[in-house]
Amino acid sequence: MRKRHTPKDRLITVALHVALAAGLFFAAFPIYWMLSSSFKSNTEIFALPPTILPKAFTLEAYAAILGDPVKLRFFFNSYFVAGAVTVLTVLIALLAAYGFSRFDFRGKGSLNTLIISTQTIPPITLLIPFFGLVVSYGIFDTYVALILTYLVFTLPYAILLMTGYLNTLPRDLDEAVAVDGGSSWTALWRVIVPISLPGIVATSVYTFLLCWNEFLFALTLTKSTSMRTVPIGIQLLMGQHAFEWNQMMAMSVLGSLPLLIIYLVAQRYFLAGMTAGSVK
Amino acid sequence: MTRQKRTHHRLKRAVAPYLYLSPSLVIIGLLMLLPMVTVIGYSFQNSAVLRRDPSFAGLKHYQAIFDDPVFWASLWHTLYFTCMSVVFHMTIGMIFALMLNSDRINPTLRNILRVLYILPWLFTAVIIAVIWRLLLEPNGVVNSILLQLGIIGSKVEWFSSPRTALHAVTFANIWAGYPLFMVSLLAGLQGIPKDFYEAADIDGAKAYQKLIFITIPQLMPIIISISLLDFIWTMQVFPLIWITTGGGPIYATEVLSTYTYKLAFSSYNLSQASASAVVILLISLGLTLFYIRYQKAR
Repeated sequence: MRKRHTPKDRLITVALHVALAAGLFFAAFPIYWMLSSSFKSNTEIFALPPTILPKAFTLEAYAAILGDPVKLRFFFNSYFVAGAVTVLTVLIALLAAYGFSRFDFRGKGSLNTLIISTQTIPPITLLIPFFGLVVSYGIFDTYVALILTYLVFTLPYAILLMTGYLNTLPRDLDEAVAVDGGSSWTALWRVIVPISLPGIVATSVYTFLLCWNEFLFALTLTKSTSMRTVPIGIQLLMGQHAFEWNQMMAMSVLGSLPLLIIYLVAQRYFLAGMTAGSVK
Repeated sequence: MTRQKRTHHRLKRAVAPYLYLSPSLVIIGLLMLLPMVTVIGYSFQNSAVLRRDPSFAGLKHYQAIFDDPVFWASLWHTLYFTCMSVVFHMTIGMIFALMLNSDRINPTLRNILRVLYILPWLFTAVIIAVIWRLLLEPNGVVNSILLQLGIIGSKVEWFSSPRTALHAVTFANIWAGYPLFMVSLLAGLQGIPKDFYEAADIDGAKAYQKLIFITIPQLMPIIISISLLDFIWTMQVFPLIWITTGGGPIYATEVLSTYTYKLAFSSYNLSQASASAVVILLISLGLTLFYIRYQKAR
């Protein structure tokens, strides 16, 4: 046991709590400011001295966003694209991970290295050839263009994440199916998938977040307002009426909701997904 | 099992992994490796993408890039932005992780603070950019607090003055990125065996000695691999800078990604942009090789 009662010790504890409070201010104040500004009028946002709590609480910014079909479309597009990519990624990554986890084959090591290294390919490098391809195949400004491009970025990580998870499951389970004469395909769907739910959830969370946050490709590969996603919508809002700060903040709050909800509901999976690349 | 059946079974076992991997390999091959070859091809063509029969340009576009002072400025800004970000992500992440791991705070408070300290991570780059634009507006809350405290004498235009813009975007990025380190280091701290510290206590070690001789060496593998990944990713940052400053004022915050983007989609010089994109790719590949070697050596 450590001694806790010397004055010096007490001083350290107090100093630590002061530092924690400073850290909290650093981490949370910008977000608090976004939230509180979204409930203020535009004149109050720049009031001097600044008002910490909204003096005249108003939902007008949210009403303006939610009452505008153009902006609702941004949200629909983001959910739709992120949802579609998530389903596709999880399916394709599950198959690949099953191959990696349960079979030994020639080229396994180099394929694995290939997949690890594709994670670090700069998006800007792929942007120009994608733009060329998307235009020449006539899918510029479509969901297909976004879904296909996002798939490339989500897949490598998703494969690594799923493989890592499948490796934790004992091989006896699917070997039992093989002994009964079932194929590896049967083993995958009957045995592996039902017990892989945590891995599948973590992969889905990660994929969804990546798509939800994507900016560069959405900016370049779509053009019409009806095809834009939330991040681009926020940028457009800033361009159109640069001084509607409360609407921008309200849209940012609404645009952050999926991430906040996922984080609060599935913190474990969220962290597993977000740190997937760094912890091997 | 008959012999024939067994051979059949073995054949299936041998082909199966390739079948399972094929959808992924087709996608990665067609949409990642092929485009990489394509962009290298573009960089050697005149009027790439824009013309159907582009002529061979040799190294002309690379020459143009290397002769462009804006390219070198962008490279320098990228380096500054990236190094500062990684160093501060690591420092802040480490300090927060150590504070949260201390047994001097009560567990409930610890859990609440852990959630709150992760907050910046939950926001998209675009939203982070918008938040910081609001905070750092000339009439915004940061200026009015700093004025009140007497730290600055007059309102500072953080994002639109060439003197402060690069520091301001770097600061916003530091704020946005430390939680990755914090979370990983916190996990690492909990994995250090308690005996190490008990043995050190018996030897009468001071707190800072335990930090330098036990904690940091134990966390080193995590610190190195996350720093490398963070470096690679931060180097590629686009939306944060695009939305806060757009690379301006007068190239003051131009980084390699915004430089390349403007070449491609503002000046429609896709050939030269491809050359620039290839340069970025080569830098990333170099770092990636380093990262993979490190991971394998572990």
